Amino acid sequence: MSITRRHMLLLLPAAAVAWKHVLAGTPGASPNYKMSEHWWSMLIDLPKCIGCGNCVRACQSENDVPDGYFRTWVERYHVTDYDIENPHVDSPGGGKMGFPPAKEEGGKNFFVPKLCNHCADSPCTQVCPVGATFIGPDGVVLVDPKYCLGCRYCVQACPYGCRFINPKSNTAEKCTLCYHRITKGLTTACCESCPTGARQLADLKNPNDPIHEFLKTHSVQILKPSMATHAKVFYNGLDGSVR
Amino acid sequence: MNVFKDAGHLFRMAAVFVVGCLAFVGMRAFLVPKSFGQYGHYRGDAITEIAARPVNYAGHQACEDCHADVLEKKKSGKHVHVNCEACHGPLAKHADDPGSVKPAKLDTAVLCVRCHEANIAKPKGFPQVASADHSSGLPCDTCHQPHSPAIVAEGTTGGTK
Repeated sequence: MSITRRHMLLLLPAAAVAWKHVLAGTPGASPNYKMSEHWWSMLIDLPKCIGCGNCVRACQSENDVPDGYFRTWVERYHVTDYDIENPHVDSPGGGKMGFPPAKEEGGKNFFVPKLCNHCADSPCTQVCPVGATFIGPDGVVLVDPKYCLGCRYCVQACPYGCRFINPKSNTAEKCTLCYHRITKGLTTACCESCPTGARQLADLKNPNDPIHEFLKTHSVQILKPSMATHAKVFYNGLDGSVR
Repeated sequence: MNVFKDAGHLFRMAAVFVVGCLAFVGMRAFLVPKSFGQYGHYRGDAITEIAARPVNYAGHQACEDCHADVLEKKKSGKHVHVNCEACHGPLAKHADDPGSVKPAKLDTAVLCVRCHEANIAKPKGFPQVASADHSSGLPCDTCHQPHSPAIVAEGTTGGTK
C-alpha cells in the first residue's frame, strides 16, 4: 500500500494529537510521580480542630508566606441564639498564635480552618487573562509566577478569599497544596503538623485512600456549593453558619 | 494583461500584509514558551518549577527512621498520633544533615499551651487546662513527659492513657 500526498495530509492532525499525548506523559517533578494518576483533595474534620494554629505556622514556614498574608488560616465562629445568618467570626493573625479567650460566653463556638478549595471548576482560573493560573492534570490549582501580571482578577474572583498579591513579587499567590511535597510522596505541611489529624490530604483517584470510606459514612459538605465551583476541600461536621 | 493595469498599489498592500503575517508567526514562535499548551492553556514547565521547591518539614517517616526509641515511647501515650514536627517544628535540614544541624531544645511552657490552653471553641472532649491555675507557673514537663504525657506514679509501669 502506498501513501499518497493526500493521505499523508489527512494523517497530520492525528499525528499532532498523538504527539501531544506523548509529551503529556513526561514526568513532572519526581521520576515516579505521574500527574494523571492523582486527583488531590483535602478532608477537614471540624470536630477535631482545636485552633492551635500549627497549620498556619507550618504553611508560612514551608512556603515563605509573607507576614500578614495567609495561604491557610483558622477562623473562630461564635453563633448565638441559633442565628446562623449572623455568626461572629474572628481570626486574630490568621489564628497563627492560637486564640485569646472568647469575649462572650455561651452560644455555639468552633474553629474552621480555611485554605484554597482547589475547585474542579475554579472561578480564579477562568478569569486569568494570560494563562498564569491553571488546574493541573492532578487537580491542584497552581499559579505560574513567571506569567502572572498581578492584575488581581483572580483575587476578586475567588469566592473563598484564598488569594492574595505577594507584596515582594507582585504576583498572585495561594495554597499549592504543598505541590513540592505531595509530588515527593509527603503530605502537606499543614497536615504534617496538625496534632489532632483534623486535616488530611486525600487522593480521590487512589482507590485505597481512606477518604472514600470517610465520604461514604459521614455527612460531608463543601463551602458555598451554590457557587458550583466543585470544591475539593471537604468539611466534616460543617455548621450552617460557616461562610 | 489589462486586469492588472493600475493594480500595483494592491500588490504593495498584499506584500505588507504577508510580511506582517510572517512577522507575527515568527514573533509568536520566538516569544511563546515551548511548553505552553502542553497540558492546557498555560506553561507546562511551571508545574515542574513549582514542584522543585525544597521541603522544610521532613515528614514523620524521616524522623522515625532514626528515632525508634522515641517512637516506642510515644506508642504508649496519648500523643501517639501527633507527628514529631507538630511540636519540634520544621527539621528537614536536620534530617538531611543530622551531624551538624541540631534541633533547639523546646520550651514546654510555651509549647503545651498552644494546644491545651482552655478555650470555649475547642472540642469538649479535648484535654484543656487554664495553665495559670493548673501548674502555678511550673513548666509542664515537671510532671508530664511530652512523648507520653500521662503522669505515672512511682514504682508502676503504667502510662497507657
